[in-house]
Amino acid sequence: MSGVAAVFKRELASYFATPIAYVFIVIFLVIAGAFTFFFGGFYEANQADLSADGSFFYWHPWLYLFLVPALSMRLWSEERKSGSIELLMSLPLETWQAVTGKFLAAWAFTGIALALTFPIWLTVNYLGDPDNGVIVAAYVGSLLMAGGFLAIGACLSAATKNQVIAFILSVVVCFLLMVPGIGLVQSVLLGVAPQWLVDGLASLSFQTHFTFISKGVIDLRDLIYFGLLIGVCLYANTIVLDLRKAD
Amino acid sequence: MIEVQNLTKEYGRFRAVDDLSFRVAPGEVLGFLGPNGAGKTTTMRIVAGFLPATAGRVRVCGADIETQAVEAKRRIGYLPEGAPSYPEMTPRSFLEFIADARGIPPAERRQRLDAVFQQLHLEGVLEQTIDTLSKGYRRRVGLAQAILHDPEVLILDEPTDGLDPNQKHEVRELIGRMAKSKIIVISTHLLEEVEAVCNRAIIIARGKILADDTPRGLEQRSRFYNAVSLKLSVPELIPTARNAIKMLPEVASTELDEKNGRITAFPAPGKLPLAPINALAERQKWPLAELHLESGRLDEVFRSITGGATA
Repeated sequence: MSGVAAVFKRELASYFATPIAYVFIVIFLVIAGAFTFFFGGFYEANQADLSADGSFFYWHPWLYLFLVPALSMRLWSEERKSGSIELLMSLPLETWQAVTGKFLAAWAFTGIALALTFPIWLTVNYLGDPDNGVIVAAYVGSLLMAGGFLAIGACLSAATKNQVIAFILSVVVCFLLMVPGIGLVQSVLLGVAPQWLVDGLASLSFQTHFTFISKGVIDLRDLIYFGLLIGVCLYANTIVLDLRKAD
Repeated sequence: MIEVQNLTKEYGRFRAVDDLSFRVAPGEVLGFLGPNGAGKTTTMRIVAGFLPATAGRVRVCGADIETQAVEAKRRIGYLPEGAPSYPEMTPRSFLEFIADARGIPPAERRQRLDAVFQQLHLEGVLEQTIDTLSKGYRRRVGLAQAILHDPEVLILDEPTDGLDPNQKHEVRELIGRMAKSKIIVISTHLLEEVEAVCNRAIIIARGKILADDTPRGLEQRSRFYNAVSLKLSVPELIPTARNAIKMLPEVASTELDEKNGRITAFPAPGKLPLAPINALAERQKWPLAELHLESGRLDEVFRSITGGATA
């Protein structure tokens, strides 16, 4: 078994060996449902659509903003705090293998949580006749966005032994990467900054890229955006870890 | 072969390891001794590939620990200080993870796992989570992890810390059994451990090697080496006896322990005072309660070499 696979398997199993997995999944499903039905007015809208403003996928960035850092904060901080990182790093693995294995495990775990929202997909199909292609695209986009949040969180988790600090930093950084893509924020920014800057910031935002995908438009640029974001964060994670592992 | 050349490690301005050089050959069990903060753990972390050195190089079985890290780590079994592991895992799942990460071939996997379960007596706790295990069991899980792939080099940072005397004995026997074919480096501050398992000892303090010798060689540096101590059942005779012993040419000096009345006679350089003292006692018909030859005292050597250094 390769190093990445060994780390992946251990990490994923460890979620389910502790209450983290169950707490996370239950909270994730409850909040996703609450947003959709109460804030989004799922029934009142009377549309068999999960991607409209205020509908199911619309809330995912906000959901991830707090839940994903809660998942990623322990990835490296806990290993550094407990000293198990010394054990992990004495195994014949390259640092990037450990980084990738852990990230993929956390990502697979959010994938499981996301997949468990399938009743809402069944519901819209029962109630109406939605475009299932758009829903699949939106799920893909949502998973990619979760990967982006996770990669940022993993990198920040490697920088500190303290999980609370890792959590707060991740929320702040993810929030900053989210807001320039929100229409309301853009119009406020336009009052003080030139158009090109606002557009530039928006093109760096999760929100912008996710919104396109969740409407069913899978553009190569959006895929590259999330791919690059994850790649750069994991690369930074590897460097941070090599520098800080023993502190 | 472990080759450490001019190894230096600095944390900011603090020099934890200062230009250390030594080699360890197969069959050697090297005890790393030193006061707390002497640089033992730092050195072991560098040799195991966890910490980068500030200067100098380390080669393990020919592989450089910085440039050929994975190759070197394959040959090393390492027990970090405090035997960290993953508390939510069971010893079985933990050791299976180590087997996967170390790429142990499927054909040998089962057999290697069973071998370490048995060697470290883990059979009874395999399905409990590690956080419910006693300190002794956790340490043994850590040791199991280090020897799982039957490495050529074993680096054990305080392998018997937290074990009860029976468990200590077992771990020492295990180390003794593996010693013939491997290179073993253990750090400890238990001097009895050095005598029990090591055939070479390095004493370090403030990051420098102060002594590198066999445990026996170190004992010989002790002023107690070949000294003779005796006790008389009639305390009134003690001053006379002490004076008479002091006059012997084989004796350099004597000391009297006021609390229990034991006289210790230290040998003149190259002399063996036991026989002359025995003969003297017989001639004078001293009522001897006790007479014995001292061996060297490692703790005393340790103290005199490290000068009570602490950091």
